[in-house]
Amino acid sequence: MLDKTIKQKLVVIGNGMAGIRTVEALLERAPDLYDISVFGAEPYGNYNRILLSPVLAGEKTVDDIILNTEQWYADNQITLHQGETVTMIDRRTCEVVTEQGERYPYDRLLIATGSNPIVLPVPGAALPGVIGFRDIKDVEHMVEASTQHRHAVVIGGGLLGLEAANGLMKRGMKVTVVHLLDTLMERQLDPVAGGMLRKSLEERGLEFKMPAQTQTILGETHVSGVRFTDGTEVAADLVVMAVGIRPNIELAKKAGLHCERGIVVSDTMQTYDGRIYAVGECVQHRRQTYGLVAPLFDQAKVCANHLAMKGFATYDGSVVSTKLKVTGIDLFSAGDFAPGPDKEEIVLQDANRGVYKRIILRDKKIVGTVLYGDTIDGPWYFQHMRDGTDVSHMRERLVFGSAHLGDGGHGGQNSIAAMSDDAEICGCNGVCKGAIVQAISEKKLFTLDDVRAHTKASSSCGSCTGLVEQVLAFTLGGDYSAAPKVKPVCACTDHSHDDVRRVIVEQQLKSIPDVMRFMDWKTPNGCHSCRPALNYYLLATWPGEYRDDQQSRFINERVHANIQKDGTYSVVPRMWGGVTTPSELRAIADVADKFNIPTVKVTGGQRIDLLGVKKEDLPAVWADLNEAGMVSGHAYAKGLRTVKTCVGSEWCRFGTQDSTGLGIKIEKFMWGSWTPAKVKLAVSGCPRNCAESTCKDVGVICVDSGYEIHFAGAAGLHIKGTEFLTKTATEDEALEIIVALTQLYREQGWYLERMYKWCDRVGFDNIHKQVVDDVTNRKALFERFAYSQQFSQSDPWAARARRGVDRNEFTPMAELELA
Amino acid sequence: MTPWFQVGPLDDIPHLGSRVVRTPRGNIAVFRTDGDEVFALDDRCPHKQGPLSQGIVHGRRVTCPLHNFVIELATGQAVAPDQGCTPSYPAKVEDGVVWLSLQQTAAA
Ligand code: SRM
Ligand SMILES: Cc1cc2nc3c(=O)[nH]c(=O)nc-3n(C[C@H](O)[C@H](O)[C@H](O)COP(=O)(O)OP(=O)(O)OC[C@H]3O[C@@H](n4cnc5c(N)ncnc54)[C@H](O)[C@@H]3O)c2cc1C
Ligand code: SF4
Ligand code: FES
Repeated sequence: MLDKTIKQKLVVIGNGMAGIRTVEALLERAPDLYDISVFGAEPYGNYNRILLSPVLAGEKTVDDIILNTEQWYADNQITLHQGETVTMIDRRTCEVVTEQGERYPYDRLLIATGSNPIVLPVPGAALPGVIGFRDIKDVEHMVEASTQHRHAVVIGGGLLGLEAANGLMKRGMKVTVVHLLDTLMERQLDPVAGGMLRKSLEERGLEFKMPAQTQTILGETHVSGVRFTDGTEVAADLVVMAVGIRPNIELAKKAGLHCERGIVVSDTMQTYDGRIYAVGECVQHRRQTYGLVAPLFDQAKVCANHLAMKGFATYDGSVVSTKLKVTGIDLFSAGDFAPGPDKEEIVLQDANRGVYKRIILRDKKIVGTVLYGDTIDGPWYFQHMRDGTDVSHMRERLVFGSAHLGDGGHGGQNSIAAMSDDAEICGCNGVCKGAIVQAISEKKLFTLDDVRAHTKASSSCGSCTGLVEQVLAFTLGGDYSAAPKVKPVCACTDHSHDDVRRVIVEQQLKSIPDVMRFMDWKTPNGCHSCRPALNYYLLATWPGEYRDDQQSRFINERVHANIQKDGTYSVVPRMWGGVTTPSELRAIADVADKFNIPTVKVTGGQRIDLLGVKKEDLPAVWADLNEAGMVSGHAYAKGLRTVKTCVGSEWCRFGTQDSTGLGIKIEKFMWGSWTPAKVKLAVSGCPRNCAESTCKDVGVICVDSGYEIHFAGAAGLHIKGTEFLTKTATEDEALEIIVALTQLYREQGWYLERMYKWCDRVGFDNIHKQVVDDVTNRKALFERFAYSQQFSQSDPWAARARRGVDRNEFTPMAELELA
Repeated sequence: MTPWFQVGPLDDIPHLGSRVVRTPRGNIAVFRTDGDEVFALDDRCPHKQGPLSQGIVHGRRVTCPLHNFVIELATGQAVAPDQGCTPSYPAKVEDGVVWLSLQQTAAA
């Protein structure tokens, strides 16, 4: 009881999406700091306003879209003043005053009053039957009208207008959409996409009158029609005005807070009065106002962080993307797509399939995207847009997106709208579209992480991420994955991978606890995501000095074998360049017999896998393999895996160089090194490329005049051909470049970021410059790699089999006889 | 009275790590946190029986090595939104020695 009186009072005006999201984030960060009360003019708990469109269309009910029930407010000791409007803020006494004249004091105040629909200043606008589309009350009004009347006019051909029109049509009304311009959704779509959208909506039964300007709303006691400036008229029993929104700033303005179009706030979401914060549609930040949920949620996070007195987060504005929530229509739009002299565009139009894609580039970067009909790559473009990726190197394949390059696991589908509910989206976990949609609605999910956590979709290999994001966008509208521009390492911190790497060097941090302390980790000792990342960064930054933290390694790397589904392990000895000998094969066969190893299999990486080894047998298995001269193949490592080779000039009638020999040379030089993600190499003896060099992290193609070096390929989750880096005349020069390239990747890559993704992120030109053009730099990179190899090239198997390293790991602690 | 079994010195378990104790009823994983608390769970993940003893320990939780379920060490309960529960057993440290009881904790 006592602490209730010393708690500070936080008053929230506006029981909507941004305000309550802020409260939720605040409760997460500082559950006991404030005594919170919330005022909401509407007679409901916080609900998901976005889903009013599906409610109108009859696809959802009001109950489905409630986000926070009254119980939630009670459980969190929040006083909810439901249906109470605040009419004044008294900044002198720090109180808010309600419609009923009651006063409530605050220590801090949060204004989250949203916005109001704009009402056109035309005669008749106040007639009964003329409404906006903003809240539950409006939807109830429209549903009611649809049961009694037939003709509806929606003024406004933007996102909101079209969703209203679609809903009313589904309710059986004959709907005409009136739009001032000749392109629908002109803020999101270009004329071509706008035209395609109009055509498919017309096919569904909507009528359009555009361009047309409304002059008068007709009617005596109730609306009866609309007249336009060209003199024509349309009959109407219901008119929905969806011509835009205006930030709801009356209250703030009256209180003397600085307002322009919205309430002006700083990067910490504070108004000019430091005790008063504002978030949501009512806010103007760096000249920008927002009308979509994703940026408001970003704001909410920052505001909560500041209210929780942590104070390090700032809001830097958001890039937004949009999605129309009309069932059956796939449409995605983001950024700036107005034509301009400094812009280039890439367009793909396939009228038969109803597909249109337009990507707008400026300075080698994506600045805008419009997709119609096939939107699976929307999030991928959007990510590159926000990251400011230099895309010049993937220009030719850009329009096909990432998902079209051979990703497996979801039957090659790419249109969410066309998918049935039982279509499988996540091939790893067997999750169907319907299950995801259901989880999003029932469990009130907003982000990709939420969906991953609740459905497991996209939580394993991740190749269906684009599809899951589209289901999310499709179900909710807008871009809910809109993570802050820089992605934090994991939920334990707000810092990005780059921040962590930089700070480790700048501050000379040399242990995981030091990094966590210095960078204010939110958890006492991290989690399974951040600890392995930090361990790698420290290891790569301080070779020889940092002591590897075994408890921060995934089990495979801790015990140097791959865990299997039944808890046994697999053992893959190294076979240099894929070459083996009769005595090695004999030793493998003997080991398999001796330890009853159930499966012996040739891997996709040119070597042999012994599967089903019991953990306690591992040291003995390794000892026997060591005896025959074999060492760990690191088949488990974020490190050098295999160097595949072909037979090359030694045997092959086409071979131009000794590809087998070069492969072995590279493998012997590079084995044992730890890298951000796995690294696979291949050397082919001629352009026939039998070692598949052009889909590896690094691949060499031997030609008569020397060695072509290719890199940034992959053939797993994504299939990506390599980029050509350079050509060398000698083996030694080839080795130097390959090693320098790998070292640069080791120094810059984010943990688990495969080489091709790193290349996408930092840019091909940048890498080429450092590894090919700048010879001094190349040599320095090579030296750093060679230095760190001193410490990593000792066989971890031998250490465990012969020197008893980690002996405890392989034996039980105790055996209890009685129970 | 629950009988307690002595299973070995605390220092045999690494910080933020785990060791297995064999029992006639199957393996039990004994965990040690950063703050030297010990917890014991069946070495079977409620998801698909992954060996929890092989997971990464963080805070008072362990992440299963097979599909990343996060399990509360104190209760065996999977952290939401994942669901499921692994039986847990009382464990304690006295004078640097770990003791284990094979009486399943009731609420678990
Ligand atoms: C054994 C092997 C399959 C086989 O029976 O042939 C295999 C087995 C596994 N692969 Fe693989 N991959 C194997 C060759 C490949 C190849 C083919 C190749 O290397 O030429 C690929 C595609 C090429 C590529 O990597 O680009 C491949 C792409 C993957 C991926 C997707 C990686 C990606 O970034 O796209 C994963 C998942 C991951 O690493 O996160 C993966 C993960 C795995 C894991 C480690 C899954 C896991 O986490 O447990 C499997 C371990 C089983 C085990 O205990 O051995 N495996 N895996 C192959 C071992 C090669 C070796 O000798 O070391
Ligand atoms: C039909 C529809 C579809 C939409 N679709 C999408 C979409 O697909 N994607 C997307 O990102 N966004 C969409 N939006 C926009 C999104 O809903 C808004 O951006 C978001 O709800 C704004 O949140 P807010 O908290 O700022 O305002 P609101 O959610 O409007 O909350 C403000 C609350 O404050 C209350 N209030 C105002 N003044 C007072 C006062 N003086 N005293 C007490 N209470 C007060 C209001 O009654 C209201 O409940 C859609 C909006 C609508 C209407
Ligand atoms: S070996 Fe590779 S492809 Fe096969 S099931 Fe395992 S991860 Fe999937
Ligand atoms: S078995 Fe533990 S997460 Fe699947």
